[in-house]
Amino acid sequence: MTDERIVAVTMPKWGLSMQLGKITSWIVAEGDDVSVGDDLADIETEKIAGTLEAADAGTLRRIIARVGEDVPVSSTIALLAPPGVGDDDLDAAAAEARAVIDAGVPDEAAGGPAVETADVGGRRVSYVGTGQGGDVVLLVHGYGGDRNSWLFLQEPLAARHRVYALDLPGHGTSSKDVGDGSAGTLADAVLGVLDAIGAERAHLVGHSLGGAVAVAAAARDPGRISSLTLIAPSGFGPEINTGYLRGFAGAQTRRELKPVVGQLFADERLVTRQMVDDLLAYKRLDGVEAALHTLVDTLLDGDTQRMDAAAAITAIGGSVPVTVVWGSADGVIPAAQAESVAGAVRHLLEGAGHMPHMERPAEVQAAIEETIARTT
Amino acid sequence: MARTITYREAINEALAQEMERDDSVIVMGEDNAGGEGSPGEMDAWGGVLGVTKGLYHRFPGRVLDTPISESAFIGAAIGAATAGMRPVAELMFVDFMGVCFDQIYNQAAKFRYMFGGKAVTPVVIRTMYGAGLRAAAQHSQCLYPLFTHIPGLKVAVPATPYDAKGLLTQAIRDDDPVMFFEHKALYDVAGPVPEEGYALPFGEANVVREGGDVTIVALGRMVHTSLEAAEQLAGDGVQCEVVDLRTTSPLDEDTVLESVEGTGRLVVVDEAHPRCSMATDISALVARKAFGALQAPVEMVTAPHTPVPFANTLEDLYVPDAQRIANAVKATAEWTR
Repeated sequence: MTDERIVAVTMPKWGLSMQLGKITSWIVAEGDDVSVGDDLADIETEKIAGTLEAADAGTLRRIIARVGEDVPVSSTIALLAPPGVGDDDLDAAAAEARAVIDAGVPDEAAGGPAVETADVGGRRVSYVGTGQGGDVVLLVHGYGGDRNSWLFLQEPLAARHRVYALDLPGHGTSSKDVGDGSAGTLADAVLGVLDAIGAERAHLVGHSLGGAVAVAAAARDPGRISSLTLIAPSGFGPEINTGYLRGFAGAQTRRELKPVVGQLFADERLVTRQMVDDLLAYKRLDGVEAALHTLVDTLLDGDTQRMDAAAAITAIGGSVPVTVVWGSADGVIPAAQAESVAGAVRHLLEGAGHMPHMERPAEVQAAIEETIARTT
Repeated sequence: MARTITYREAINEALAQEMERDDSVIVMGEDNAGGEGSPGEMDAWGGVLGVTKGLYHRFPGRVLDTPISESAFIGAAIGAATAGMRPVAELMFVDFMGVCFDQIYNQAAKFRYMFGGKAVTPVVIRTMYGAGLRAAAQHSQCLYPLFTHIPGLKVAVPATPYDAKGLLTQAIRDDDPVMFFEHKALYDVAGPVPEEGYALPFGEANVVREGGDVTIVALGRMVHTSLEAAEQLAGDGVQCEVVDLRTTSPLDEDTVLESVEGTGRLVVVDEAHPRCSMATDISALVARKAFGALQAPVEMVTAPHTPVPFANTLEDLYVPDAQRIANAVKATAEWTR
């Protein structure tokens, strides 16, 4: 950039395998003033559709990426600059950015970090790590999810931390044998990954079932867990959407699965055909259906939650900082259960559903960073 | 799903995993076991294009060579299936099915029905089809319509490595006779395939590209040609929805009808001859059940009603290409009463 006051808005990297994104619409126009967190553009990748939020404030002076074109990750899609910056400087910066988009994806960008595996009690557990330095952060997905559930968060968190995401047994590319399917068995996988990467201590971030699993891991070995960030965790009250849990395990076709997956999000338009197809491909792997039914039995006792993470949190006491993040429009586990997480810092995200880490990643990232900061 | 393998490898992997899982699965066909010990060969050939290579030593006694007599070994496979095995027979080129058609359509296809559901015939007949290999009129045909016509047979025509593995796994686990069509020109096509086993249910079409202007229904190799055309057309502002049928029997009518209800325009692409084919079948389906949604006549892009020519230039003209599909899409998109 010729003028330091020009700030680039770049194509985000949503998921470790993402190389290209496509802007489906610009929400802001040239000349608009934007604040941090404002919606800038709707973006679609092979896997998902989402909205890009502003990371910087300023006046939007140039839009570079056109609606519908393929844009490589990290290339400049728009320019912010104060009114004092001249048109010539902006045009020069815009031409430079245009050339990068036109050049396409650089060859060395192909791939992404390799999937590693740990053997935990005879089960294969897959995980992916990224980030060069800092504390270890391990991301634990929920029922039916996998390590890619963190696609909006793993890369941004890796700027300051060593961030790992695993596939719990029964999910992703991990072994589909879940044993008794208990939180303890799944917590073994979490601690097994920490062993495999040689982490003495780690911050755990758990979503839904993964939240209860993170709590179980912390209860097992409290000295090893630096902090807990729980996103819409299970185990903190009786109510849960049993139709969702059983519907997900039972759905055989995309027609059956799509409305079920829609219940995860406050705005079900976030559910793309690709997302449903990927979930269906996962569900059809040998052993997955049995694993999901076993996990439903772990989660449910009739029509209420069987798990109790609240007692474990109380037992851990104040030794581990705990944060809880919940969407006010969560259709799977009611946000009111956040009150049962003893001693936690609570963030209620107005209007978000059961997937805040996909629906409102910037705010969830901020909550995680803040939790980690409390420990230092 | 990061791992990428070819269509040939995907078929081989499905066979190996199902043989591993179930001792009753056996593989039989011409040159499946043969070739071993001939000059320079350490392994069996694994069939004429090497699809079953590596299985002979891995599963001793379960990969059987057969004489060049389709009437005998297809009959044997069907008989073994009724007696409790799950044979996967390789009928080298579908063009040769004439000599064993009685065994398939008048025996295997009828047992479950005629014996009141008490007999099952879990046989899979894998076979190669399609033009493009300069193999002339007797080794290049697309004969899946003949089998689709017969109640009691299931017919799979996979287009991608992912579908090939999942549909073959389903075919082997299925208790009915399944005709499994592999296009010769697809064997080296690569794509993402999970390492674990998985079965794709029959009768579920796949929307491989979404679009609101024109529906293209295709199958097998023509799915790829249709996607190429759709990409070209997107540059001209025409958005195509491409539906891959995956199986012709059972047929997923709902996905075709839903797509046409969204677009109002249909082009069917089929490498088979134009009469009594999937192209005519899908056209009739849409004319009967989605007539109100149609905004233009249905277009068909097919091979001509002639044998597959041997001359290279004529064979190239014979197989539908992206340009012909694009022309048909434009004709239907621009059609006005």
